[in-house]
Amino acid sequence: MRILIAGSGKVGLELTRLLSAEGHDITLVDRKQSCLQSAIEKYDVMTVEGNAASLDVLNTADVQNADLLIATTGLDEINMLACITARQLNPRIHTIARIRNPEYKDQVYLMKRDFGLSLAVNPELEAATEIARLINYPGFPKQDTFVDGRVEIVEIYLRNDSSLVNRHLYELPNIIKCQVLVCAVLRDGKAVMPSGDFVLKAEDIIFVTASTNNLHQLLKNLGIVTKKAKSVFLAGGSRISYYLAKTLCGEGLTVKIVDRNMQRCEELISLLPKAMVSCGDVSNHDFLEEEYFEQFDTLVSLTGLDELNIVLSIYGRSVGIPQVITKLGRADSLAMLEKLPVGSVVCPKELCANSIVRYVRAMQNEIGSAITVHKIAEGQAEAIEFLVDDTTRHTGEPLKNIRTKDNVLVCCITRGSTVEIPNGNSVFRKGDHIVVVSNGRTVIQKLNDIFEDK
Amino acid sequence: MNYKLIGKILSFILFIEIGLLVPPLLISAVSGDTNVTFSFLKTIALLAAAGGLLYILTRKSTPRMYAKEALVTTGLSWIIMSFFGCLPFVFSGVIPHLADAFFEVASGFTTTGASILSSVEDLPRALLFWHSFSHWIGGMGVLVFLMAILPLSNTGNGYTLRILRAESPGPVVGKLTPKMSSTAQILYLIYFGLTMLDAVLLKCGGLSWFDAFCLAFGTAATGGFGVVNDSFMSYSPYIINVTTVFMFIFSINFSLYYLLLMKQFKAFFKDEEKRLFLIIVGASIALITWNILGMYSSWNEALRHAAFQVATVTSTSGFASADFDQWPAFSKTILLCLMCMGACAGSTGGGFKVSRILLLMRNAKRNIKQYQHPQGVEVIKMNGQRIDEQTIASTNVYLSVYVAIAIASLLVISLDGFSTETNISAVIACLNNIGPGFAAVGPTANYAGYSVLSKIILSFDMLLGRLEILPILVLFVPRTWKKHS
Repeated sequence: MRILIAGSGKVGLELTRLLSAEGHDITLVDRKQSCLQSAIEKYDVMTVEGNAASLDVLNTADVQNADLLIATTGLDEINMLACITARQLNPRIHTIARIRNPEYKDQVYLMKRDFGLSLAVNPELEAATEIARLINYPGFPKQDTFVDGRVEIVEIYLRNDSSLVNRHLYELPNIIKCQVLVCAVLRDGKAVMPSGDFVLKAEDIIFVTASTNNLHQLLKNLGIVTKKAKSVFLAGGSRISYYLAKTLCGEGLTVKIVDRNMQRCEELISLLPKAMVSCGDVSNHDFLEEEYFEQFDTLVSLTGLDELNIVLSIYGRSVGIPQVITKLGRADSLAMLEKLPVGSVVCPKELCANSIVRYVRAMQNEIGSAITVHKIAEGQAEAIEFLVDDTTRHTGEPLKNIRTKDNVLVCCITRGSTVEIPNGNSVFRKGDHIVVVSNGRTVIQKLNDIFEDK
Repeated sequence: MNYKLIGKILSFILFIEIGLLVPPLLISAVSGDTNVTFSFLKTIALLAAAGGLLYILTRKSTPRMYAKEALVTTGLSWIIMSFFGCLPFVFSGVIPHLADAFFEVASGFTTTGASILSSVEDLPRALLFWHSFSHWIGGMGVLVFLMAILPLSNTGNGYTLRILRAESPGPVVGKLTPKMSSTAQILYLIYFGLTMLDAVLLKCGGLSWFDAFCLAFGTAATGGFGVVNDSFMSYSPYIINVTTVFMFIFSINFSLYYLLLMKQFKAFFKDEEKRLFLIIVGASIALITWNILGMYSSWNEALRHAAFQVATVTSTSGFASADFDQWPAFSKTILLCLMCMGACAGSTGGGFKVSRILLLMRNAKRNIKQYQHPQGVEVIKMNGQRIDEQTIASTNVYLSVYVAIAIASLLVISLDGFSTETNISAVIACLNNIGPGFAAVGPTANYAGYSVLSKIILSFDMLLGRLEILPILVLFVPRTWKKHS
């Protein structure tokens, strides 16, 4: 597809990286020549210098022949104007705008209806949703969602005393008492695609596919105590804090927001009457003690400084806060943090880029490409969601009669609102969403790639 | 430095060269010249062995390429291409000495057209074809070809742009389409289409298909190797005129032809570099015609030769329809200036490039204005787009390095005892990829008289000129090969 990306900020560049790797024709528009220069040397793209909302620049970028415009400049207004202008020039174009100002949040549906916006993304809101989910299901260090949040693949670490140790996988449903499927096991740093007679051992990390509704039951029956957090400490009063505090206060949790800017604190307390808001510097140890920092169940480090967030999270761990979540503005340092005790890491830029990439994949759905792709098991395996369509082979045949490639596992079939963890007698039909897991060695680009026969 | 990736790309280059040697091999097989056939087969075997070994050693490379790797890859690939390309001449005994053969083939790949052969007519047909075909390969660049056919660039990686920049001439190199592979394909399609057109038109002028293609290769790449000893002097006015037109066509930026194909006529006609090029060329033709009028029987004939010589020199081809060494000094001086100027950026022509001259002129104008009015602010624009200061600074640097290399080469080759005119024109003709110069290296003479050292120096001048200095120069900077630099 021909895609215009306006704005080469954090999200713009991440999208450029992801989408150009998928083989799309990308044209990047930005006002700063220097940003474009570094982008064109890194990625296989074309660049246009200028304001993306201007008619001239859009024409130079060949908007007439583009299929999609993604506006992710720093200004919401420019993003909207760019999308409106692009639609005037090319009525067929899909438009995605990043709109992050909370004041516009409730009028997004208006913009979609009247301005023909295909999708509005709000990185801060998405980050807040993600963090809220981590707080609600604290048992999983990492979880990936599929089929609009109806299916999850969660990561569970087996301790010595776990009820699953030394059990065969086929015994699993009897222990957990709900439908789940172990789609990958990470043992001694190596990913294995297990079969039914695989025996679990202590210190394995297992990846479990389950319906979102079954998650609580899964945790309970596994004996993983899900003591739900009751109090949350939010360091930093950014937009994410606002969205997050609003959700958490609504669920009845104790929320304390700390920010160093008095004016911002006043804004927050007037918007969030149920929350506690304090003004002070979170890098100050005495101040933290005064705020009873170590007595909270959950710490979320959300300040604008990545370095401060990392230090604060490590400190939070060291004083014994059970759950720690770190927000990172830049994903560049992610690889350096892997071994540090910073808890779960949330990167708004990546979340936002991922949801846009999902939209792009959905646009291409006619040709049967993946809808959602998540890397699991330290990147050694891939979980991919597909839509079953007319071109899919073997529809209506029981799974036990279909030969799939080695190291490929169909681990979930979703039809309408029902989620089925498949067995040998399961079938898939047109319109179903199915999730398959493959180890990285087998390349799966279309659903038909999973079948052994040609 | 990522040696493995460099090695892998070089192994691809070697494999491509095998493919390129197939047409001359077939020609030699058909003409039944077993000696030449074996020399091609030997070269192919060596290429396969070297390429295969290199590939096996480097197949597990990481796709990480930074600016330095791109420059080194480009520089090395042209040197090894020229080295393996000259082997058929050595094996067949046509040019027994390696330095001579390297000079001849480097001159082919860099589209220079300078020759040490006293008689091309005596060459076996297959080698004659390879001689001209090497021009065509070098004209657009073999790495650009590699990008067009290999999924190197489909990994979403931008490093290919660095290679395009290193291999394509001009101060500013951009893409035509978002994907590098499609940009490379478009460039090659334009190149291929225009070459075919030229060959067909030459065939209509009464040449054999073999001659028509060989000359079209030389014209398209702005190379300059002919198929007969006196270049174009014995051809009909029709062939001379067709070649004149095509030499001009091939010395204009190829992205302008893409604009034509995309029906963006306004942008095509407004291009400032092309306009300056046409003005300079028009004025030169007029002045030379007036200057040489007395030497020819008709006004018409003088114009035809003036136009052909101006075309051959600005496009840096190096054909000759008349022995311009016999022309008056004024005409020769104009030609010498045009030799240094060269063609437009993004064409197959060499030289300093018209767009660089345009930038330098505008920069000079700005500096003069700033002396008069120190507070004035000005930016330099080309085709309505601002040219950033980095580009202007590197254009200035390019000029100084270019002059420095010319002077250094001149000093070395002066040892051989030729006249100053010969030496100066030899360096200029090699560095700008033209071919023939004046006096002892004039259009009717050749470079055979120079010593081995001079031939190697001149061969590297050709490579430096074709790749615009940097990719070859970095190979000789010790820092390039240091681990952490």
